[in-house]
Amino acid sequence: MTEHNTNLKPSKPPIWNNPKYRSLFFQLLLIFGVGYVFYSIIQNTLNNMEARGISTGFSFLSEKSGFDILQSLIAYDSDSTYGRTFVVGILNTLLVSVLGIFLATLLGFVIGIARLSNNWLLAKLATIYIETFRNIPLLIQIFFWYIVVLRAMPSAKESLSLFDSFFLNVRGLYLPAPVTDSGFVYTTLTVVLALVAVFILKRWAHRRQETTGRQFPVFLVSFALLLLAPLFVFFASGSPLSWDIPALKGFNFQGGITIIPELFALLLALTIYTAAFIAEIVRSGIKAVDHGQSEAALSVGLTPSQNLRLVVIPQAMRVIIPPMTSQYLNLLKNSSLATAIGYPDLVSVFMGTTLNQTGQAVEIVMMTMAVYLVLSLLISLLMNGYNAKMALTER
Amino acid sequence: MYVTDKILPELPAPSNAKGLVYWLKNNLFSSPLNIVITFLGFYLVYKILPPAIQWAFIDATWVAETREECLGEGKGACWAYIGNRFGQVMYGFYPPAEYWRPNLAGILLILLTIPLFIEKMPKKVWLGAFILLVFPFIAYVLIHGGMLGLSEVGTDRWGGLMLTLIISLVGIAAALPLGIILALGRRSEMPIVKSISIIFIEFWRGVPLITVLFMASVMLPLFLPAGSDFDKLARAMIGIILFQSAYVAEVVRGGLQAIPKGQYEAAVAMGLSYWKSMFLIILPQALKLVIPGLVNTFIALFKDTTLVLIIGLFDLLLIIENVLGSDAAWLGFFTEGLVFAAFVFWIFCFSMSRYSMALERKLDTGHRS
Repeated sequence: MTEHNTNLKPSKPPIWNNPKYRSLFFQLLLIFGVGYVFYSIIQNTLNNMEARGISTGFSFLSEKSGFDILQSLIAYDSDSTYGRTFVVGILNTLLVSVLGIFLATLLGFVIGIARLSNNWLLAKLATIYIETFRNIPLLIQIFFWYIVVLRAMPSAKESLSLFDSFFLNVRGLYLPAPVTDSGFVYTTLTVVLALVAVFILKRWAHRRQETTGRQFPVFLVSFALLLLAPLFVFFASGSPLSWDIPALKGFNFQGGITIIPELFALLLALTIYTAAFIAEIVRSGIKAVDHGQSEAALSVGLTPSQNLRLVVIPQAMRVIIPPMTSQYLNLLKNSSLATAIGYPDLVSVFMGTTLNQTGQAVEIVMMTMAVYLVLSLLISLLMNGYNAKMALTER
Repeated sequence: MYVTDKILPELPAPSNAKGLVYWLKNNLFSSPLNIVITFLGFYLVYKILPPAIQWAFIDATWVAETREECLGEGKGACWAYIGNRFGQVMYGFYPPAEYWRPNLAGILLILLTIPLFIEKMPKKVWLGAFILLVFPFIAYVLIHGGMLGLSEVGTDRWGGLMLTLIISLVGIAAALPLGIILALGRRSEMPIVKSISIIFIEFWRGVPLITVLFMASVMLPLFLPAGSDFDKLARAMIGIILFQSAYVAEVVRGGLQAIPKGQYEAAVAMGLSYWKSMFLIILPQALKLVIPGLVNTFIALFKDTTLVLIIGLFDLLLIIENVLGSDAAWLGFFTEGLVFAAFVFWIFCFSMSRYSMALERKLDTGHRS
């Protein structure tokens, strides 16, 4: 009889059909492709730069810049180096971003909660605010505040003033500056001590509540600690703080803190624009908390404020934080629009003026991008850490 | 004993539970705090709205031949100035005799797009592919010219709202396929493909668009072999497309993650290859889910196109800021120009965001896993 093949092992697929080798092959192909693109870019760049007579390297950073900067947080003049220009730019970017993030969060929360208000007019006004400002490009808003509003401010002689210590005119916003005397160090010390005490108190109260169930008015006590103790020390040490109030001398204001119109306009636009987005995030976060949660909290006897603080907000924060992070990142990146109105941020002084003067395009663009990448990464890390702390801990 | 043998008519609701007074009491004056807020709110509206209406409508000059007609005591906005320069606002320096060409391209695009919104339209995919792949070339031939007997109009003469629309439409159309590939790469099981996709996406998402535009305008010429030079618009477009593709990729990834695992497994069990299972099973479902998200990224891109003015492309905003601003015959009406630009952008963005919200409601069929 014919012999049957009893060996029923499947035949091995050919090597080009084996998924393992296939994926290896495609990945190697991709690496070679990407590598070749990078290689040719680098080669072309070197050739082109040689042809144009541009030298490579970072030696330009120690050269004298020869231009002045409108506003700098560290000492800077036209004798300073390009390296220092870079630092001034970073600091100015950070200044406007940090202030913007703080103010936009504040305004965004207020508007977001206002949109959920049971007052019809307030809710409608908040809706109009959100729909207006988030649908107009930020650059138009920056131009609006800078050119239309701040240019229309009166001259220094006819400044708008508040309590005769805050002044607004076409040259900027003038605020009183605090001047500390030698005794102020005790007040600072008390604040630090109070902070430590509040931290310890909070942990102790938490532990006591976990074991005995008894609550401690942490908020009230820490509020008193943080406010009253420094105030007491402040007055006990003889009020060692005075205000340097700006005053009109000649044609301009002297003393106090000056906020240049570029910073003021940029900050206004960034805050108002980003707050519209944050308000929507806050609203959706609060609405995401099921109404049953509040009902349950109230029915077990929590007060409305406890309900908000212990039940609604912690759950809403989980929904709010991830999109909030991307808004903070957007604000940081959007602060680079400063260059359109001449606020001396990183892009404006480094990628603009320095690039024009030195022609070191590759190095400067790379450095600027690296700064933004690092800052974005830092904000992401910080917010991810906060998110992990607030996230649902399953027990 | 009182017995009724017919149903009594319903009584109207008590007067303290309906009507204007009830509504006012409940929505505006329900508590002392609310009363204060209401009055403050009305004061705010009173302070802002009447002067704005007075300026923009009642005192405005709608038709005027010269600048002088707009000036004077009690004159409001000078809209006549926008009207007189309407050609530049819409088309930049495009030769007026050739305005019909971009107009024709625009009308063609609208006619081609309308069937996409008709629900029962068959072969939508082919039409979409035609718009994405073939139409751009037709539009380019029409607007740029230089062939088929059309006179050439270089990209340096394009401008205004036309340029804004071209940049954003080309940007999203080209970023879409690139973004889908990147999203698939980021979800891939091949470690090298995955990490290259992640690095690419996170790099572009981590830097501001301005730096990308700067890079495109000063570094791109250095990257390419000597002699191969693009014009300014093409360079900006490359930067915008790469930048936008990273954002599209993240939106598409959201859609891919929302598809239940059973769909992937079923596709593999049917013996479909990777590409077949993606294009026939997964992507059609995932892309439908993320249309609202894609509209939102398009809105963001549309607003971001204003940044091209920083590298000197004459989009709507730069035309208004620079060209009209330095026009001696109509000096000093920057506010009107800015308000007009803001209004144009607002109309586009607001209607698109409403559309995206309506879509979201429609697509939310409630059975997501």
